[in-house]
Amino acid sequence: MDLKTLWFILITVLFIGFFFLEGFDYGVGMLLPFLGKRDEERRAILNAIGPFWDGNEVWMITAGGALFASFPQWYATLFSGFYIPLVLMLLALILRGVGFEFRSKEESAGWRSTWDWLIWLGSLLPALLWGVAIANIVRGVPIDANMHYTGGFFNLLNPYALIGGITFVVLFLMHGATYLALKLTNGLEKQATRVAGRMWVATLVMAVIFLLYSYPEVLSKAQYLGLSLVFLAVAVVALLVDGYFLKNGKMLQAFWAGGVTILGVTAGFFAALYPNVMPSSTNPAYSLTIANASASPTTLKVMTIVAVVLVPIVLVYQAWTYYTFRKRISTKKEELTY
Amino acid sequence: MNPLALARWQFAILTIIHFFFVPLTLGISIFLAIMETAYVRTGKEVYRDAVKFWAKVFLINFALGVVSGIVQEFQFGLNWSEYARFMGDIFGAPLAIEALLAFYLESTFIGVWIFGWDKLSPKVHAAVLWLTAIGSNLSAIWILIANSFMQHPVGYKMGEHGVLMANFGQVATNPNVLYQFPHVFFAGMSTAAFVVIGLSAYLYLQKRGDKAMLDMSVRWATVYGLIGVVLVILVGHFQGQFLEREQPTKMAAAEALWHSEHPAAFSLFGIPNEATQTTALEVKIPKVLSFLADNDFESEVEGIDAAQKLMESKYGPGNYIPPVGIVYWSFRLMVYAGGLMLLLLLYLWYLNSKGITLDQKPGFAKALVWSILLPYLAATTGWIMAEVGRQPWVVYGLLKTQDGVSPASVVSGGEVLFSLLSLGVVYIVLTYIGVRLVIKHLHSAPAQTPAAAD
Ligand code: HDD
Ligand code: HEM
Ligand code: HEM
Repeated sequence: MDLKTLWFILITVLFIGFFFLEGFDYGVGMLLPFLGKRDEERRAILNAIGPFWDGNEVWMITAGGALFASFPQWYATLFSGFYIPLVLMLLALILRGVGFEFRSKEESAGWRSTWDWLIWLGSLLPALLWGVAIANIVRGVPIDANMHYTGGFFNLLNPYALIGGITFVVLFLMHGATYLALKLTNGLEKQATRVAGRMWVATLVMAVIFLLYSYPEVLSKAQYLGLSLVFLAVAVVALLVDGYFLKNGKMLQAFWAGGVTILGVTAGFFAALYPNVMPSSTNPAYSLTIANASASPTTLKVMTIVAVVLVPIVLVYQAWTYYTFRKRISTKKEELTY
Repeated sequence: MNPLALARWQFAILTIIHFFFVPLTLGISIFLAIMETAYVRTGKEVYRDAVKFWAKVFLINFALGVVSGIVQEFQFGLNWSEYARFMGDIFGAPLAIEALLAFYLESTFIGVWIFGWDKLSPKVHAAVLWLTAIGSNLSAIWILIANSFMQHPVGYKMGEHGVLMANFGQVATNPNVLYQFPHVFFAGMSTAAFVVIGLSAYLYLQKRGDKAMLDMSVRWATVYGLIGVVLVILVGHFQGQFLEREQPTKMAAAEALWHSEHPAAFSLFGIPNEATQTTALEVKIPKVLSFLADNDFESEVEGIDAAQKLMESKYGPGNYIPPVGIVYWSFRLMVYAGGLMLLLLLYLWYLNSKGITLDQKPGFAKALVWSILLPYLAATTGWIMAEVGRQPWVVYGLLKTQDGVSPASVVSGGEVLFSLLSLGVVYIVLTYIGVRLVIKHLHSAPAQTPAAAD
């Protein structure tokens, strides 16, 4: 396999890691003000992701950095082109990140509920906007002969992309609720289980719409349709299996099934993209591809060595942290950190 | 305003604010790791109490550093797309390595550390803090490798669209970073020391907090800070000599040395005027600049005129001199701040050695509270000197800043203005809240009972 394809796959892997891990903590953030009624409950919800969210977020940062290193033209076109959504997402992530740290540092109810809603917004917007961004990338956007995005802001808000965004939101809500069902106590876990079930229905509906809509918009133009459909089929089966587990209260299995759904969707759409990285809707000849957007062989070689050595180590120590904090979170004040 | 100017303001403001949080993280993570190790070794509660107390300050700072860092990761795409295209082959690699090697380490283990007090054995808990501290400092190394390429390109060849990696080993061991990283690292130590000392001084003045813990913190921070300040000054001196050779335009501007001098005097104070190429109200010490630049009181030091000529001979006609006033004064403020920090710490060290604590010296304690600002002033002006002094280049000798900006057809001035204002306001408000939370934390320390205070 050539290095460019390998890096396309590694970028896909980083996005899968990102959506799998941040997926549930975005979901948790979106559920925070609804699931938690009393202050201790909200704190318990925050503590459920407390030790992990920053490590999870680094999956996104790494995906960004790796995109820059392996496909600099993709990085440059994407982030200068999707300017306003990216700025909104960054604002959201800032408020969310400091929210975790600041929220419980003041007693006042107004202060705490302000941060709760900012965390909610800070989780909702990135989930939505990443969905919008991925849908736009695979669908193709106006790009000129110099690799410059020429579409402006409103072009990004087409119905297909918005449906993609909403699909991400409900999928992450389901994933987050399932996670909370595994981590909480005191009746909250039962509520989370119920929410997960409802979000499963919403995800199923959105997934059907999104996939059907994807056929004319994306899949019919894919060069590797077969591969893409295999992954998407995995996603659909995993989602159905997820429904079965949710119904039977097998939450750990349901969590993994949800994770496989995320994996399948992400891999399926990246496969549909390949070997383009940002197709141009202006003229297919202007598309960014793994060939014209990638870094030099020397850089790719260095990066391959680095990634092959470091990614497994990261997986080991991140797994260790989940093991260390495997216990459920109580709602007792003295046991809460955030 | 044109998008270029706005983009520059945005980059400068957001990066300076990011770097407002960075030095403290770099320095205090190690400081706390040392103290927690002492706790593991001796079992004395005072060390653990100190770690827990300062951890609050560290974590508020850390959260702000993280969220402003996320923006940094995407800034090169947002407003500097042409720079990203030109530099991507070299620049992306250290950035990605920083994430893979350093950010994962730091952010995963900081979570374990915050939540792991009762879940891990004391030994493992201390080790986890070391991993966090190592992660933070590794992140500094890699981002500075990236920045050093912009200051002093090495290990590259020119390709069709920009620079290409020729030798990764050379990029990673750029001589520039061999000065820059230690300088930043010791700046971090000094910053942490001044924050711990200054906040302790505040608590002494307020008659709050556990006195044994504060006494210990101040004593340790004094030593830690002295090591940091002495070395930051020493490394800074050699860094200056290195730049004298490699970036003559920057150092000539930093000295406002309009014409080559033989031997050259060091300028203590002055108001440089670019139009007339003179410096008003200048106060100079003869021969000292020659010594600082070349370790020789009689040597010749090249001035702005010589540097400009040299650049013209290499790159053709144009103005290669950065804004002299800014570079001159940012350099001076940094150096003066560093000098003052050294004096303050020496005096504090003397007091410590006499067994005099800060509650007996309220005047000096007050000065120490205000001197928390000194390392921040030095770090900020240091970067302003480094980055403004590099102008008009964004990549020295290879790419002009004006050629790195995203084209106006892609990113309009209005869009840049929107992001500058929204991010700028959010940063400033959050920084303000962060400072307020630190003060609140100090006020939550229990008041000293008269017996305990004495
Ligand atoms: C606590 C912070 C601090 C203190 C006390 C000092 N510096 Fe500094 N300095 C920095 C923090 C800093 C910095 C923020 O870390 C910079 C910005 C870029 C860099 O490498 O470090 C810097 C840059 C910087 C540069 C420019 C590097 C470049 O352009 O790439 C020079 C020549 C010096 N310093 C020299 C000194 C000297 C001679 C000092 C003696 C007092 C000194 N610094 C004190
Ligand atoms: C964190 C400490 C840093 C501070 C405070 C800082 C500050 C600044 C300032 C004040 C400018 C504006 C110069 C001008 O336009 O006149 C600038 C420019 C720039 N800096 Fe830095 N910088 C820092 C670190 C870095 C690092 C580590 C990198 C690269 C990895 C970097 C890359 C750039 C780039 C690309 C520009 C170009 C934009 C411009 O020149 O306006 N900076 N920086
Ligand atoms: C302009 C270039 C820079 C970029 C792209 C950048 C990127 C980032 C990112 C993405 C984070 C968040 C990591 C997390 O989630 O844990 C971060 C935090 C951090 N960065 Fe930067 N950074 C830049 C400049 C610098 C410089 C110059 C230094 C040090 C010399 C530095 C040191 C750190 C440290 C220590 C943290 C940990 C959090 C804290 O600041 O308290 N960064 N940075």
